[in-house]
Amino acid sequence: MARNFREALKSGEFVVTSEIGPPKGTNIDGMCHHIELLRDSVDAINVTDHQSSVMRFPSIGGCLEIKERGGEPILQMTCRDRNQMALQAELLLAYTRGVRNVLCLTGDAVPVGDHKQARGVFELDSVQLLRAIRQMESGTDLGGNDLDGAVEFCAGAIVTPEANPIEPQLIKFEKKVEAGAEFFQTQAIYDLDNFSRFMGFARKFPVKILAGIVLLVSARMAKYMNGNVPGIVVPQDLIEELEGAPKGEALNKGIEIAGRMIARIKKDSICDGVHIMAIGKEEVVPDIIAAAGLG
Amino acid sequence: MKSITKQKPLEEIEQQIKGMERVFLIGCGTCATMTKTGGVDEVAEMRQYLQDMGKMVTGWTVIPTACDGMTEDALRETEGAIQVADCLLVMSCALGVQRVSSYIGKPVIPALDTLFIGVEDDSGFFHEVCDQCGRCVLGYTAGICPITACHKGLLNGPCGGTNNGKCEVDKEKDCAWTLIYQRLKEQGRLDLMKQYQPIRSSQVVPRPRMIKVP
Repeated sequence: MARNFREALKSGEFVVTSEIGPPKGTNIDGMCHHIELLRDSVDAINVTDHQSSVMRFPSIGGCLEIKERGGEPILQMTCRDRNQMALQAELLLAYTRGVRNVLCLTGDAVPVGDHKQARGVFELDSVQLLRAIRQMESGTDLGGNDLDGAVEFCAGAIVTPEANPIEPQLIKFEKKVEAGAEFFQTQAIYDLDNFSRFMGFARKFPVKILAGIVLLVSARMAKYMNGNVPGIVVPQDLIEELEGAPKGEALNKGIEIAGRMIARIKKDSICDGVHIMAIGKEEVVPDIIAAAGLG
Repeated sequence: MKSITKQKPLEEIEQQIKGMERVFLIGCGTCATMTKTGGVDEVAEMRQYLQDMGKMVTGWTVIPTACDGMTEDALRETEGAIQVADCLLVMSCALGVQRVSSYIGKPVIPALDTLFIGVEDDSGFFHEVCDQCGRCVLGYTAGICPITACHKGLLNGPCGGTNNGKCEVDKEKDCAWTLIYQRLKEQGRLDLMKQYQPIRSSQVVPRPRMIKVP
């Protein structure tokens, strides 16, 4: 990787990130394969942190694998599983191992995952985690003690442009910016007109916005997300487009839709880049990038 | 304000009193009576259950308020029946269980699980309103507690799991931060929501929490 993620954001060029999900278990072959596949086609790779509150191989572990393979990782860090001491300690580890990008999230609720009996920590929220990082950069920890060697991170956060009501999300967005977020990766967006309205607000702040592109693999998946995933709205015309695809061609249609959206976001300069989430279909991320004309 | 309780599974109660043949039963006339978990009727039901199991119930009482200082006097009235019992099965919240335990040199077994401190909205519907965290933020949140009303106890606004004003853990539950937002907006005080709330200290009063009122 010729440049780091922060340099990519500052370059003014269209930035592309994607993400991988670590495995449940010690077989990391699939994850490493995805890293090899994505390493040279995106600017940085997010590693999810027990996504959907399902216990897995840790995000920091995936980030270290990316570093060892010459890629640029973004450490996803949720506040669900660690108290402030554990969060800070992991940031120290990340920094020393060259993991310099952190995406700060609140984290999904414990009961939605596969350890329903576990205790959710949430001692910090995403805004407080961003501030904690900036404080550690100044050389002190959250206890007010001096650090022997500070950290430095390109820190980001997430935002949900399709949330209803939207205003509470925008207030939190602003708090995240004030707390030191440099970039935002959004929840999946499909309605580019609505997203453009959100960008009208977001453009007022000195942060980079990467639009979240979640690959649609079938009409059924689109309908499921509409009914079950907060903040995701797949418009009816896209569902019909997927339904109209010939048998066995829905995935290709989804790749085409994702590519088309990315191409339009870039052509119309709607935002600064995209974050591609292929959720289980990481194999086709290079195809999406090619479909967008970015390959 | 009430201490909200739920009866333990009978198998767990049975397991805990295993080997103890003579049982004295204690209920509570305050919260556990209102929540129908430890009033006169429930104590009578438990007595029947124990007898059907082959246990001997040496006596029973429903203490007016099991957690207060009068409990010792109330128990003295039934001293004889307590003396001959192998254990006391207490159908009150954990406050009452601990109060009883401090007077009696016999095994004290809780028959209930204590869930939360709640208030009654509609008849029979209780919900948690305060976690007694020691650093009240209600002044910033339009009187709605984000520590208890938000599943994650967030202080700086809603998470991404909120959907049309509902919570990601339960579509029937309101998103606390949507409610706070709506009320602050009505009051023209949204600036309060924009204010940064720092990390909550867990050391307001270290556990076990104690205070002496002057």
